[in-house]
Amino acid sequence: MTDLLAGRALTDAAARRQLNRRHRAERRFKYYGLAAIFAALGVLAVLLVTIVGAGYSAFQQTHIQLDIELREDLIDPDGTRKEADIRQANYAVLVRDALIKIFPDASGRRDRRALARLVSSGADIQLLNMVLADATLIGSTQTIWFKASADFDSLSKGQIPRDVPEDARKVSDKQIAWFDHLAALGLVEKKFNTGFFTTADSREPEQAGILGAVVGSLLTLIVTLVLSFPIGVMAAVYLEEFAPKNRLTDFIEININNLAAVPSIVFGLLGLAVFLNFFGLPRSAPLVGGMVLALMTLPTIIIASRAALRAVPPSIREAALGMGASPVQTVTHHVLPLAMPGILTGTIIGMAQALGETAPLLMIGMVAFIVDVPGSFTDAATVLPVQVFLWADAPERGFVERTSAAIMVLLAFLIVMNILAVVLRRRFERRW
Amino acid sequence: MTAMPDQDVEMGRAPAPMPNKIRTQHVSVYYGDKCAIKDVSLDIESNRVTAFIGPSGCGKSTFLRCINRMNDTIDICRVDGSIVLDGTDIYDSKIDVVQLRARVGMVFQKPNPFPKSIYDNVAYGPRIHGLVSGRGETDDVVEASLNRAGLWDEVKDRLQDPGTSLSGGQQQRLCIARAIAVQPEVILMDEPCSALDPIATARIEELIDELRANYTIIIVTHSMQQAARVSQRTAFFHLGDLIEFGDTEQVFTNPIEQKTQDYITGRFG
Ligand SMILES: Nc1ncnc2c1ncn2[C@@H]1O[C@H](COP(=O)(O)OP(=O)(O)O)[C@@H](O)[C@H]1O
Ligand SMILES: [Mg+2]
Repeated sequence: MTDLLAGRALTDAAARRQLNRRHRAERRFKYYGLAAIFAALGVLAVLLVTIVGAGYSAFQQTHIQLDIELREDLIDPDGTRKEADIRQANYAVLVRDALIKIFPDASGRRDRRALARLVSSGADIQLLNMVLADATLIGSTQTIWFKASADFDSLSKGQIPRDVPEDARKVSDKQIAWFDHLAALGLVEKKFNTGFFTTADSREPEQAGILGAVVGSLLTLIVTLVLSFPIGVMAAVYLEEFAPKNRLTDFIEININNLAAVPSIVFGLLGLAVFLNFFGLPRSAPLVGGMVLALMTLPTIIIASRAALRAVPPSIREAALGMGASPVQTVTHHVLPLAMPGILTGTIIGMAQALGETAPLLMIGMVAFIVDVPGSFTDAATVLPVQVFLWADAPERGFVERTSAAIMVLLAFLIVMNILAVVLRRRFERRW
Repeated sequence: MTAMPDQDVEMGRAPAPMPNKIRTQHVSVYYGDKCAIKDVSLDIESNRVTAFIGPSGCGKSTFLRCINRMNDTIDICRVDGSIVLDGTDIYDSKIDVVQLRARVGMVFQKPNPFPKSIYDNVAYGPRIHGLVSGRGETDDVVEASLNRAGLWDEVKDRLQDPGTSLSGGQQQRLCIARAIAVQPEVILMDEPCSALDPIATARIEELIDELRANYTIIIVTHSMQQAARVSQRTAFFHLGDLIEFGDTEQVFTNPIEQKTQDYITGRFG
């Protein structure tokens, strides 16, 4: 009689073949996994290289040094030294005169205007501010670094080809010759572009900065955090620790999960209809932006908080209740502190999402062109991703590099926030 | 000491009757429609160790948790009948559960110290019940409680270490110290040694015997030897029914019910 149970021996050829097949399959599976990871990393690398490649030059700005004669007869002919008078003076002329002194051959009106275009149109404001700050400068001659205009900034960065016909580029041969002469005199220098971090948006690329958007984003996120964190945590605590389990709470739970999947632009429409049109809150304001983003972030915070609360072992609750702690004491003394790292991690991730959100803010008018750094929650403001959106739409070469630079700033914020979340999780992770 | 059914079952001392601390009458417990305890009436004597034994799932824990109303925390759980502690019905609507649980402390199956320092674990109960004010008083209560739980000498130099850094047996004694820090009258213990090694178990059993002088103790155990060693009274449950309740010595040597006989001789379990 054959022994059915015995089957083949493990050393049998067929069994060995089977074993080899299994090993090969496992190896193959491992390689698929590695390939997937490398593909993902590759895409990420391409993305980063593209952005950094296009954007790093924005952190440098070409400057031109000029000796400016702060002529009293032009700035303050009556010698009053009153601010109103000083403000009225035409400082652009001073800049142009300084240029003409270097290039006396530029004689005609057109030449002079072309010459003046080498320097940023913000030069006169720079002079005005200098004189306002120190009126004793009037009458003296000062050596000052001015920003080159965006076109010559691009030229010096090699972004404008010199070998194409003159009418195919934005700068003329004559201007190039002047610029090269200035460079030969050592009057042209690339400096770190601090202005990019200290000014708000502008029509002129060389004067446009990110600060307005950064402050707008901060104000918006503060509103979002102040609204969504307490509400989200309270909702999660109630649902997880106190609510009876019945149809109503099931219904609420399903709706919260659905809310997390609602496209963000819908929240923007809601904000437009309710906050702006019904309550009449100001357009483009961080207050409203923050409220809209809070709606969007709430489900994220509630879901993360509930998961964190659920991860606290029931034995801790039993211990506290068994000691005679009230349910509220049990939650506030034990459960919530233990869940807090998880809750904070979820909150930071929610905030990071809110920081990168664009669509709902477009709906409530945060897409406006704003040249001032917002000073309060009701000032018109824009936010980082919207700034990226706006600059990406602008045709000037200078804005192309600024778009990438703004993305880099946005990514830096996101990375910092995510690192914070990881650190929090590591730091407070507990074993039971 | 009289004859023993088994050599390593050492009997608790033959008890003289004590006044009743807790009277339970016609207690039934339901989880939803499922009846986990059926019409149980028994009296718990003061300053005695009463053991609940019985096969797994017979409702020992359920019944124990009725005595400090821990079952209130389970939505679907319903308790019928009356449980009277020192003359007051603990299921009376006027009873404050928080105070009840201060009078009836509990030690759980798995040691569950709070993830806080040893000191804070013990000080927590007295603090929330307002039994101490000021650092000095708290220090005294912590020391006294740890002393009584037989843990003081082992932890007195590391009171600020987390309670979870102790060994399993130490953690369980910390939980006992935590429970007695609020000066309860009754201590409920739900299989307090089931997660411990034999040496740690022996320490806890000694401790239970010492604590009997000051507290009324009810212990659930799946180990008949343990029930025989530490208790004076034993209740045997089976499928939600109280089958037999009497002096430990009598239950183990001379059970009245056939089911008890079968269980203690290991015919089912
Ligand atoms: N929270 C609960 N929900 C529903 N049924 C429960 C719950 N706790 C215990 N039970 C049921 O009640 C019965 C008694 O359980 P338990 O008191 O834990 O038994 P023991 O402690 O004696 O092992 C078991 O059948 C168990 O399934
Ligand atoms: Mg049990």
